[in-house]
Amino acid sequence: MFDVAIIGCGVIGASLAYTLSQYRLRVLVLEKENDVAMGTTKANSAIVHAGYDPAHGTLMAQLNVRGSEMMEALCQRLSVKYARIGSFVLAFDEAQRAQLERMLENGRRNGVPGLELLDSETAHRMEPDLADEVCAALYAPSAAVIDPWGLCIAEAEVAVRNGVTLALRTAVTGLTDAGDHVRLHTTAGDYDSRLVVNCAGGWGHEICAMTGQDEWQAYPSRGEYYLLDKSSGDLVSHVIFQCPTAAGKGILVAPTVHGNLIVGPNAVDVDDPLCRETTQAGLEQVAAIGRKSVPGIDLRQSIRNFAGVRANTSEDDFIIRPAAALPRLLHVAGIKSPGLSAAPAIAVYATQLLADMGLPLEKKPDWDGTRTQICFKELSEAEKTALVARDPRYGRVICRCETITEGEIVAAIHSPIPPCSVDGIKRRAGAGMGRCQGGFCGPRVLDILARERGVSPLTIGQDGDGTYILAGRTKEGAQA
Amino acid sequence: MRYELVIIGGGPAGLSAAYAAWGAGCRSICIVERDHALGGILGQCIHNGFGLHYFKEELTGPEYAERFIELVGQTGVAIKLDAMVLEITPDKRVHLVSSAGGYEVLEAGAIVLAMGCRERTRGAIGIPGTRPAGVFTAGTAQRYLNIEGYMVGKRVIILGSGDIGLIMARRMTLEGARVLACVEVMPYSGGLTRNIVQCLHDFDIPLYLSHTITNIEGRDRVQGVTVAKVDADRRPIPGTEMHFDCDTVLLSVGLIPENELSRGAGIRMDPRTNGPIVYQDMQTSLGGVFACGNVLHVHDLVDFVTAEAARAGQAAAAYVKGGRAPSGRTLAIENGALVGYTVPQRIDMDAAFDAVDVFFRVRAVCGASRIVVRDAAGAMIASFGRAHLAPGEMETIKLPRVSLDKAQGALTVSIEEETK
Amino acid sequence: MTNIICITCPKGCHLSVDEQNDCAVTSNACPRGAEYGRNEVLHPVRVVTSTVRLEGGALPRLPVKTDRPLPKEKVFDCMRLLDGLTVTAPVKTGQVIAAHILGTDVDIVATRSL
Repeated sequence: MFDVAIIGCGVIGASLAYTLSQYRLRVLVLEKENDVAMGTTKANSAIVHAGYDPAHGTLMAQLNVRGSEMMEALCQRLSVKYARIGSFVLAFDEAQRAQLERMLENGRRNGVPGLELLDSETAHRMEPDLADEVCAALYAPSAAVIDPWGLCIAEAEVAVRNGVTLALRTAVTGLTDAGDHVRLHTTAGDYDSRLVVNCAGGWGHEICAMTGQDEWQAYPSRGEYYLLDKSSGDLVSHVIFQCPTAAGKGILVAPTVHGNLIVGPNAVDVDDPLCRETTQAGLEQVAAIGRKSVPGIDLRQSIRNFAGVRANTSEDDFIIRPAAALPRLLHVAGIKSPGLSAAPAIAVYATQLLADMGLPLEKKPDWDGTRTQICFKELSEAEKTALVARDPRYGRVICRCETITEGEIVAAIHSPIPPCSVDGIKRRAGAGMGRCQGGFCGPRVLDILARERGVSPLTIGQDGDGTYILAGRTKEGAQA
Repeated sequence: MRYELVIIGGGPAGLSAAYAAWGAGCRSICIVERDHALGGILGQCIHNGFGLHYFKEELTGPEYAERFIELVGQTGVAIKLDAMVLEITPDKRVHLVSSAGGYEVLEAGAIVLAMGCRERTRGAIGIPGTRPAGVFTAGTAQRYLNIEGYMVGKRVIILGSGDIGLIMARRMTLEGARVLACVEVMPYSGGLTRNIVQCLHDFDIPLYLSHTITNIEGRDRVQGVTVAKVDADRRPIPGTEMHFDCDTVLLSVGLIPENELSRGAGIRMDPRTNGPIVYQDMQTSLGGVFACGNVLHVHDLVDFVTAEAARAGQAAAAYVKGGRAPSGRTLAIENGALVGYTVPQRIDMDAAFDAVDVFFRVRAVCGASRIVVRDAAGAMIASFGRAHLAPGEMETIKLPRVSLDKAQGALTVSIEEETK
Repeated sequence: MTNIICITCPKGCHLSVDEQNDCAVTSNACPRGAEYGRNEVLHPVRVVTSTVRLEGGALPRLPVKTDRPLPKEKVFDCMRLLDGLTVTAPVKTGQVIAAHILGTDVDIVATRSL
């Protein structure tokens, strides 16, 4: 019997698991994929929004601003890449300038610090590559960029290290109200838990439907992106938005914490959260709108295109409330943008609701909420020398583009949530994220992964289950 | 630690540069190689066709590499394997890390850049569709197949008709895969005719020129691709789509010189080659730093890499002995009609030389043509006849000193097609 | 009539070879093309390069080649033969792995020392 079962281990499920792991509780996290951070968490804009956008008075506004306040210290505790670089929202005409003024007012009411309306000259002085046509900008110094999957993995790792049970490849197929607890039916057997939390992201409405009542409709919306080489990473030094529309916050141009430039996303309604393909038309749209903000974007520097799917729903706000037909189930659903920004605050808020639902919160005296991770390229010469002397594997560079060593890869493989795929290593250690996209290091990472896990290279996948890389051995013909 | 000459990269370019520099009398040389063996990419190029120019016989990649590894092995050249250069500074200090030596800084009298190139990826050309496993660059698949002994798939589409793609079409077929088609966006192949014949025609693999992949399908592993004809602007033409069921896409869509270290050192680059701008002795804009092989411009024959790297090695040895950086009268070489780039891009007229070999590629297939070199005043400096020119095959011309001495201002190399 | 592309030089002439007429070659720009066209139709040959299983070496596969061109129709037979070979390290470049294969005077030789 568990006290809390969290369905889904994206950044929301992981944040809640992290928060709950500091209490004397039996916590279970169920994840249908072979790793954590496999949904929207691994494909989004990687922005911590300041919080001027969500309408004042909504849960979204409150949790966005609070999450943004919490994020820097959290990332520091967890060795997660984070940079508070500030954001601009651009106005290209007087109507948009008026829109900026309304956002400024809304942001101040939401409690966003430091908001400022910049004239064209100031905006161009701070960000010289902006389009000439920009006539004003809303500056939000508290906006930041972050490694979103890094945050999710770090929080899940700390949760596991502090006693939380993580069940991967375990999809929930049904929920039964058993009076004083809920029975969760999964693809890997049944689990019992006093309380259940729906953190299923794009699949949240499906979990809700298992209670026998549809409380909302899912409106998944796909966003496509370009990721540019590090040589373009300093084209802008702030997150550059255009004025938001009904479809979303629009196409942004921003440096990433990894030093690249990201351009996107557009917004296209799709059937389900797995519709992560890119299209010619979509990418052209992203390019055209991105260039409206920053004309100097050089798409020949593109190293990757990808798409993520927003967990939009028929409700405007986040859906964080007990289920109507199953009182022991708490929904933390419809967590669309700014869900990543709000994640730490959502976890605290959901924990309070769980307490209201009867969860006893007694702190563990020995809880350690920190995590350290060695990043070889960020060390000083002296630290590098000492590290290689202690463990020569840190002297062997496997990923040339990102300077990721065998030591870092092996450390990732033996981390609290051991990755089983080449992309699992990429998300933890950064190997394969660079300009050759794993063309050089992929075979070597696969080899190290197979060696450390003691399995055949043929069993190693690129990412999720079924993403096999190797189809067989050569020269099998005469082998007995 | 100090060396008169540090060579970054132990592939064919680095080996040839080291051997030539040793031959020219330099006795303090170190090759820094990031892999655990010398030879570079030749180790996985197990097909034959190497060495016809240099050794006058047909060798496979590993054989060609081994000959140079043996030659260098007979010298006193120091070799650091499994050692990754992290930074080169303008004062010629080479920062590197290795398991054996930890973090080291080598002081160099001269440096030869021989880092080679990397393959263009799906992300660089933006093929739409899902992002399943099963999309490989041809070189990555070649490594799995030839070095590690793995098949990457059973039903294969190859995008791009560069030589690695063509070679892999044959290799995958011989090893039991079904190669369904080779798709090339340009109206001509980027590979050698010999490879079109022996790798595609021999196995009845269709080559679709002026076609491209417009969609990749499959959520976990590739399940199929859509191929469409393209117009003159390389835009897909609606209604021409063909569908292929396949589990693998190999990309042979170009190579990019790997110049992050060069850029970090502040060396001036040529946007056409993606390599450093060099003088005829392969010296870059940073005095005492030379470049050769695929880091300078992408070659199709290793024999030319060897020859170019030998020039760089000899020049580096001369520089160490009291050579100089070009500073006086220089002639720039610019691209005229149909010429994609030239190497070198500059001629140092104060240096002693009899003639300058200029290498270049054309931008379109040309029939009988003249390669014409004019100066800024329009005067013809030299002219050369060719029966056939193609972007896939590097061209070379020799400009004698006596002609260059007459030139007024920058030179322009252009192609004039002869009317039939 | 067989149409083939000449590979003797980069020009790539599209040759026509007439089997009915003593393999006479037309559309060739030079005599080398005529010779290539005739040979390619009468007795085409290819060098085969591949790998064999290697035991006890630094790598799991050893690259090999036929030491001279093999009749083209025997290429896939040669591949099947290589499927059955296992070599034990150390091996030197040029070492004969299999002699006189498929009833020819062609040998399989190692192309790398491992």
